[in-house]
Amino acid sequence: MSAEVISESRAKSDFWQGVRLSMPVVVASAPFAVLFGALAVDNGFSVLEAFLMSALVFGGASQMVGIQLFGQHVAPWLIVLSIFAVNFRHVLYSAGIGRRIAHWPIIQQALGYFILTDPQFAVAEARAASGRTVGFAWYLGLGLPVYVFWVIESALGAVFGKLIPDTHALGIDFLLPIYFLGLVMGFRKRPLWLPVVVASAAASIIAYKTVGSPWHVSIGAIAGVLLAVILPPHHSGVGERP
Amino acid sequence: MSTTFWIIIAGAVATYLTRIGGHLVISRFDNIHPRVEAGLNAVPAAVLTTLVAPELLNAGPAEWAALVVTAVVSLRGGLMSMFLAGAAVLIVARQFVG
Repeated sequence: MSAEVISESRAKSDFWQGVRLSMPVVVASAPFAVLFGALAVDNGFSVLEAFLMSALVFGGASQMVGIQLFGQHVAPWLIVLSIFAVNFRHVLYSAGIGRRIAHWPIIQQALGYFILTDPQFAVAEARAASGRTVGFAWYLGLGLPVYVFWVIESALGAVFGKLIPDTHALGIDFLLPIYFLGLVMGFRKRPLWLPVVVASAAASIIAYKTVGSPWHVSIGAIAGVLLAVILPPHHSGVGERP
Repeated sequence: MSTTFWIIIAGAVATYLTRIGGHLVISRFDNIHPRVEAGLNAVPAAVLTTLVAPELLNAGPAEWAALVVTAVVSLRGGLMSMFLAGAAVLIVARQFVG
């Protein structure tokens, strides 16, 4: 009995530790949620549809791409394919985080993958890299506030979005790259970080100029990952078992 | 049901497949080869870089200043401080160079 009490209180404290770590993500994603809502209505979505897309897709960049194409009256299958392409990076996150959460019950894993976003992966992976286990309570504490705020703020943005005066002067259109750059810098201590970043940057810029958006995301990512795979293992700091 | 509704449902299913797909495929292997592991370790930096790099093509002085300050602050500060610093520089710079 006492063991249960101890494990329950540990789960609670793990959950709140996750919630604390989620706060920067909640704050950083708030402008994008509001912006998404505003742009969605602007591109012909209803408030309910903007809310539904945030609740079901829960992927900022792909939602932005989706509503942009919707506003341009692109064929529905192409919109869905573009959402898939922008989100294709999650296949790689999923493969990475799968190693960390394989011990969870299957329902918890199914839920865990649903809230697997860029920052969720980055923070959970950082915890695993520091030698601590990634528990369900901690992971949920990290992801749930981001999800709840994202959905609510999207709906608010859809309702009040047209009141935002000058999005350019407020720099809203460029907050996303700043945020992503910060995440990239956070991984700088990893082996092969610089060559991977350079390869991905070059490949994504070339793909952006030739194939076009949104494929530059997948193509650039594959270039960086392939480089890490091709370089001899002793450079990458793995597989050096005595 | 409207076309918009079905786009959202299909987009949600496609997105969930990407979030669970990597695990469903990779977990079929018992041992992870060192090169595969190196590839997996490279994933976050590789993907996130592609979300920043093409923005440099359209970036003006204000955007460049914001990114440089972001990178410098990130060497010392956490995610939040670097984000706020970059955003502040961007907003101030845009008042002057638009």
